[in-house]
Amino acid sequence: MSQSFDEITAQLRRRHRRSANLKRMSMGALILAAAFLVVFIGDMLVKGLPAFQQAQIQIEVNYSEQAREIPPAAVGDDVRSLVSRGYLRLIPSRMEENPELLGTQRMEWVIADSTVDQYLKGHNSELRPKEKRVVDRLVEQGRAELRFNTTFFTTGDSRMPEMAGIAAAAMGTVMTLIVTMAVCFPVGVMTAVYLEEFAPDNHLTQIIEININNLAAVPSILFGLLGLAVYINFFGVPRSSPLVGGLTLALMTLPVIIIATRTALRSVPDGIRQAAFGVGCSRWQVVRDHVLPLSLPGILTGSIIGMAQAMGETAPLIIVGMVAFIPDVSASFTNAATVMPAQVFTWAGDPSPAFVEKTAGGILVLLAVLITLNATAVLLRKKFERRW
Amino acid sequence: MLNEQTTQAKGQAIDVPTGDSTRTHAPQAGQPGEPVNRNKEANHELSIRVRDLNLWYGEHQALKNINIDIYQKNVTALIGPSGCGKSTFLRCLNRMNDLIKSVRIQGLVEMDGRDVNETKMDEVALRRRVGMVFQKPNPFPKSIYENIAYAPRMHDLVGRKAEQDELVERALRDAGLWNEVKDKLHQPGTSLSGGQQQRLCIARAIAVQPDVILMDEPTSALDPISTATIEDLMDKLKQQFTIVTVTHNMQQAARVADYTAFFHLGELIEYNDTRVMFSNPHIRKTEDYITGRYG
Repeated sequence: MSQSFDEITAQLRRRHRRSANLKRMSMGALILAAAFLVVFIGDMLVKGLPAFQQAQIQIEVNYSEQAREIPPAAVGDDVRSLVSRGYLRLIPSRMEENPELLGTQRMEWVIADSTVDQYLKGHNSELRPKEKRVVDRLVEQGRAELRFNTTFFTTGDSRMPEMAGIAAAAMGTVMTLIVTMAVCFPVGVMTAVYLEEFAPDNHLTQIIEININNLAAVPSILFGLLGLAVYINFFGVPRSSPLVGGLTLALMTLPVIIIATRTALRSVPDGIRQAAFGVGCSRWQVVRDHVLPLSLPGILTGSIIGMAQAMGETAPLIIVGMVAFIPDVSASFTNAATVMPAQVFTWAGDPSPAFVEKTAGGILVLLAVLITLNATAVLLRKKFERRW
Repeated sequence: MLNEQTTQAKGQAIDVPTGDSTRTHAPQAGQPGEPVNRNKEANHELSIRVRDLNLWYGEHQALKNINIDIYQKNVTALIGPSGCGKSTFLRCLNRMNDLIKSVRIQGLVEMDGRDVNETKMDEVALRRRVGMVFQKPNPFPKSIYENIAYAPRMHDLVGRKAEQDELVERALRDAGLWNEVKDKLHQPGTSLSGGQQQRLCIARAIAVQPDVILMDEPTSALDPISTATIEDLMDKLKQQFTIVTVTHNMQQAARVADYTAFFHLGELIEYNDTRVMFSNPHIRKTEDYITGRYG
């Protein structure tokens, strides 16, 4: 007996309700995830953006004979405690470089102490009431203000928050990633090409395959231990250097690149391979002229994501000594260096409010670089993507 | 399974019905693999000689004792129901089966006096002389021009740019595609219609001047008009090339082929002049298939 529309509609109501529930639940999950992201990034921005600004004060600097020996003598008693000690320490070397400064007095904008910085930003400050009055007066006269913090982007770490910067760590990250990329990309892609296009299907290659997949799941700190044992202790690669850091991260990134490349190679339609073999290509020509160009977007995407992962890695680098105090920017593969997440880790260990601010600022820079890398991955994929 | 008659018929399928009389009347036709009634005006020079060819995919035997002679500058059609081994056989002729793991081949496939399966034979050299067109049009995801020029350049058949241009034009003309694409040579080959793509694949195959072109159901993915174009093309191309084509379409075999081979369950049941095959097949099984009783 056939059912009427009303009967069917009644039955359907439950099904429709279920699908509506499912939709609501998935929307809820999305909203929750988005909320976490907004809170996280918002918090970072609130805490970190002030790190991009730094208080400066305009004071009279007296480049006297005495100042060359005792730098604090260059500034007046009333403002001496307001000026960054890091700035004062640099006075003798600046006088060395510019002899004409000797015996002159100039009004200069100088980097203020972090206590002044925190006071101007409205945070709790350790300034004494007398010093606060001096700062207030300077502000009234327009001689104290927050300016863009170039120091943060041009120097390395420092014990004084107002002199600490992310540049050394950023350079360390770049150098480390260059090593990682140089090792990982050719080795990873070639391994994947061999396994996917050339290797016979036997027990040995199956075991290799399983192990590569396992490697991708090994906790990263173990790669650090391996790096310590093999690279530093056995091969004598300099400790804390971008070289050893990069090689260690390469171990970690290699399986990611191999797996991504194999997936990309597998997605090339077999018709293309057959066509190429059909016109008399050798196996290598098939791979080089047809399969690799077609899988390039996938390979690049996978590699960049692997690189981004390596960039955010800290644990294995602790073991090979890359969480270090590096005050100078150095573009060398063998000098001691640190990387951005390690720098953030170091700053996070300091409870003073000025360093909390630096920590958040460092995270913002790290996130910006990560987002740039991922955006590059997307763009590259779009650029090389071809229909077939 | 096959009955005794067909088992006995394999290879020398052609002379079974008339028995020894055929052999005495036409001694040369008594050789295994040769068709009985030759097309009188056709070319009878041997291109590929296949003797006792057996092929296994793992444990499964896909080809059983195939004996066949393929003649130069003729169209030879391979027909038979799905899974009968005709495509597998076709792929033996340029060793495309090498790409499939677990394939084992036994027997002789001789071309130009050389066994193509011998270890000294370079499969790249073989494929240079035996081109292939596939079931699904598969142009390279490059420009139309590059699709043609790639292989000749790879084989060092052309040097200067002008030479290359000339070769591309000739191949496209031979494939009957020139007029349609001459103004868009640098557009992607994949932007063409299905039938045009298949002709592009044919042009790509003939650009390296092979002796033999293998076609694996070249029209099965195409509409009737494109199919007719490709059939005309095959008729024209056989002036220059030996063509072996697999087809599901018996009318197509009847239209384009000089010789037709009927495969069933991995055996060559009958190999004959197409006209004889379709008007007066010597084997009952062939007749049943052709008249549509199964398959």
